[in-house]
Amino acid sequence: MSITQNMLNAMVQNNIEFVTTVPCKQLSGIIELLEKDERILHVPSNKEDEGMGLCAGAYMGGKRPCIIMQNTAIGVTINTLVTLIQYYRMPLPILISYRGEVGEKVQCQVEMAVHTKALLEQLKIPTYHFHEPKDANEFDGILNHTFMAKKPVAILTDANFWSSIS
Amino acid sequence: MIRADILKEIIPIISDKLVVSNIGLPSQELHMLDDQPTNFYMLGTMGLASSIGLGLALSQKETVIAIDGDGSVLTNFGTLPTIANNVANNFILLIIDNGSYGSTGDQPTYTGGKTSLAKVAEACGCDNVVECQASETKEILEAAIQGKKMTIIVSKCQSGNIPVPVIDIDPAVIRYRFMEEIKARN
Repeated sequence: MSITQNMLNAMVQNNIEFVTTVPCKQLSGIIELLEKDERILHVPSNKEDEGMGLCAGAYMGGKRPCIIMQNTAIGVTINTLVTLIQYYRMPLPILISYRGEVGEKVQCQVEMAVHTKALLEQLKIPTYHFHEPKDANEFDGILNHTFMAKKPVAILTDANFWSSIS
Repeated sequence: MIRADILKEIIPIISDKLVVSNIGLPSQELHMLDDQPTNFYMLGTMGLASSIGLGLALSQKETVIAIDGDGSVLTNFGTLPTIANNVANNFILLIIDNGSYGSTGDQPTYTGGKTSLAKVAEACGCDNVVECQASETKEILEAAIQGKKMTIIVSKCQSGNIPVPVIDIDPAVIRYRFMEEIKARN
């Protein structure tokens, strides 16, 4: 079974039933699998802060959420992360394509990559970085940890990770 | 009529419903007039009441009413296509459109000018969009609750605020008591 499918299975094992996405080229494979997966409600959003609002509602309605987005969206979501997700103590796994790392072809993506980890650290968001295929083995544990901690948690997935498993 | 007058009129029909209330004065007014564990007060994060409301409606069975404002919908326009394309028949979005940013000093919004939120909602694909005058809001909201169809109500009213105290409830407590109420009802 593919690592991408294993990651979706880990979401289901952790009772995630509501996932919102804003696409990224690196995330196209997992979004395609997600759309086909009847175990999870997929509600695409137009902007990532809107997506986090949907996730907050789903969580309060009893469905564990997850958001899948690009690292450029960290800029878009800082206020929502701080004044909604963290302020009301809600769990939210954030599966992030870490664009702008080694292997990147679009120069502009590097500009946000250099700020990505610093911003997450400033926001005190627990952050994990998948670089090698084996790193995905931790996904199940990270999701479990997120809902235990009731915090937003970032999982950065870089170009090397996605190109190694595709 | 101003927003607080509309709230006073609709409280008898929303008091026992799940309500997601917009940031600032709308939440503070609702909190002062009728604090309930079924109210989720937004203390920050302008624009997301409709998104939180939709996520909540898609995730459980009870009717959800999101009370939003024109300024907040303008800042999160992306919400309308998402609502249109993910129909939750237990969801009502009530936009109290007073043509101004009430919580920040009544600066005008574009809905007081050329922009019609009802037309935008329709263009985004939302069904059951109703624009009404403030005095009609209660009747239309009641019909929407009974109708069990996802409905967007744009209630046009005057700009203006009443003096209100700040909400001194810890956000985690607001969230916890709201979730406990939802659990008990589902």
